Amino acid sequence: MTAYQIWFYIIASMILGGALLAVTARKIFRAAIALLVSLIGIAALYYWMHYEFIAAVQTIVYVGGIVVLIIFSIFLTHNPGHTIEEPVNIREAFTFTGCFAGFAFVFSLLNRYSFEQTGDALNHTMQVADVGRALLSTGSGSYLLPFEAVSLLLLAAMVGCIVIAIKIRTK
Amino acid sequence: MIDQVPLTHILFLSTALFFIGAYGFLTRRNMITMLMSVELILNSVNINLVAFNRYLHPNIDGVIFTLFIIAIAAAEAAVAIAIIISLYRKINSIDPEQADELKY
Repeated sequence: MTAYQIWFYIIASMILGGALLAVTARKIFRAAIALLVSLIGIAALYYWMHYEFIAAVQTIVYVGGIVVLIIFSIFLTHNPGHTIEEPVNIREAFTFTGCFAGFAFVFSLLNRYSFEQTGDALNHTMQVADVGRALLSTGSGSYLLPFEAVSLLLLAAMVGCIVIAIKIRTK
Repeated sequence: MIDQVPLTHILFLSTALFFIGAYGFLTRRNMITMLMSVELILNSVNINLVAFNRYLHPNIDGVIFTLFIIAIAAAEAAVAIAIIISLYRKINSIDPEQADELKY
């Protein structure tokens, strides 16, 4: 085992442990903190794969944005220390069986498939300037139209959030 | 280097994360925790895209797709939380089984 492999398995156990705690914890605030641990682990995995830019984006948007938003909404809708009720037993059993069967199926498929490289991908390094060029140029291998569509989507989502959550005073 | 860990191990990690998220989505009876499970599922897809890009494809297409997915997930979380807060004001609960006004 080299240090590189050891780091991968530490990061993987952090991601999976945080995710398991996030879906099973009975206190909702603990679930949110476990989700935070899992998302930081995913950012660490991107860093481990030498994609520093995407790790930074993951940290800013997920850890700094979405988790904070979730914690705000927990405090707006729950008393502190609220305990979530247990799931219905029969539903939990069926869901566990289904998820386990799905995982076993995908696991066996992945085990049998050998992935072939399409070029010298492992020595390719990503420059952040490449991302900017791909997002803001036209032609093959560039993404100007999806970028504009996502910009429009974010604007629409912002206006929609305000319209949905605004409190209308009636006299 | 990175080829000391095979690609399939990263894919096992993302598969496990996906099914943990699916389990949480189907068993939780609280809209905020269901939203958290959806975030886990989206992140497992992102791990897949980035890992395939790193191991197999000498380009940055997977990274761009991941950026778009992160942006859309942020918009989705914001709208979902606005809906949850509005619903909480109306029925004073965020249990999805209590929100049955359209049922009858």
